[in-house]
Amino acid sequence: MRRIRTYKDVAAEAGAAVVTIPGQVMAQRERLARRLADIGAVAAIASGKGGVGKSALTANLAVSLGAHGLRVGALDSDLNGPSLARMLGVVGARFTAGENGMIPPMGSGGIRVVSMELFQDGADDPLRWRGPKGESWAWRGVIETGTIRELLSDVAWGKLDVLFVDVAPGTDRIARLLDLVPDPAALLLVTTPSAMARRVVARSLRLAREARVRRIGLVENMTTWACPGCGALTELYESSEPQLASREIECWAEVPFDPRLARSTDEGTPFVLAYPDAPAARAITALATRLRRELHL
Amino acid sequence: MKFLCVPCDRVMAFAERHVPDDGTLTVVFGCPGCGREMALLANPYESQLVRSLGVKVGGRTVPEQPMELMRGSLEGGRPEAFNDSTPLAREDAASRGPGPVWSPGALERLERVPSFVRGMVKRIYVDWARQHGISEFTPEVMDRARSELGLEGM
Repeated sequence: MRRIRTYKDVAAEAGAAVVTIPGQVMAQRERLARRLADIGAVAAIASGKGGVGKSALTANLAVSLGAHGLRVGALDSDLNGPSLARMLGVVGARFTAGENGMIPPMGSGGIRVVSMELFQDGADDPLRWRGPKGESWAWRGVIETGTIRELLSDVAWGKLDVLFVDVAPGTDRIARLLDLVPDPAALLLVTTPSAMARRVVARSLRLAREARVRRIGLVENMTTWACPGCGALTELYESSEPQLASREIECWAEVPFDPRLARSTDEGTPFVLAYPDAPAARAITALATRLRRELHL
Repeated sequence: MKFLCVPCDRVMAFAERHVPDDGTLTVVFGCPGCGREMALLANPYESQLVRSLGVKVGGRTVPEQPMELMRGSLEGGRPEAFNDSTPLAREDAASRGPGPVWSPGALERLERVPSFVRGMVKRIYVDWARQHGISEFTPEVMDRARSELGLEGM
């Protein structure tokens, strides 16, 4: 049988690296690495579970750190359910072309914000991509990961002390982010005390451990509800599940439920600025302090 | 993906690319040894998979633009999301004199590009025209540019 050279045999003959597809992918990777080099720390806020308050926590943490004089960015990597633009008050803002990428709008507290909502025309438009219909499962994940890559690498974030990345629900989304940012400075896993949320977060924790993420902190959100009259704390969930924190991850914060948090973030006014003395705001501010200490910011 | 001319044992070189409006992709390769040419014909799904990576088969003739993949792929993009004209680009354009003239047919075609991505596409076309010493854009020149630049679907 005659021998025909393999791809690897001939790879070096292909000419300039930018001509080949691997060469172009490598160039994308290098562009991303150059951008990340300007960012002091990437902190991912994830869960695996939806509806646990990741985005509100991201917005308020970002504002808390911004209030300490840090240069902070916030990337909403939940392309299909974006919310950070609204929470940080930049809906309708524009990106401006800069010499080093697209300059993002600046939101509440001076936070540089990037969210898919800024690119979509209709407020209630589902995310749609151009391409062959009916078989989008074959390419949609690729294009969405590529989009997150671009939102990281092609945005002129400037010199940031910390970039928060709000990660969409699904443990696979954490894995995709780790493909792009293999060594985030910290990963905050957000859960509620519900048994279901804890089970999903346990999966995310395992994934993060396997990926050797350096710092992983747990945030227990909506743990209790404070009576506005007497201040007594009532647990919101009855759970027989063992505490995740006591088993294998340190709890960095317990944030009580406060209906004003959802309302103020929906209105684009960060809760920590609007109600700084509320127990939930104090818990988020303490978490920001913990994060500063952990990341040496 | 590479193509090897088996009789010559030479890697075939990229020659040209065609991007029809039906979602398919045609890429012509030629053997630098014997000159034989062959065309890769990709169906819409194969074309879309490659496009989703943000790469161009055969390589790039202009650098990748910021957010090119997202801007070229998103349906229903907000027209006013981007201000594409940088101060430096305006200075640069002024120093190099007026750009190419757009014929009515070319302008009409440009107008059909979604406004979300039009600024970026126009800049790519103008840079290409300057590189090639072209003073007027017609639909035919746009076809040539589109083919060379690999502006799939734009």
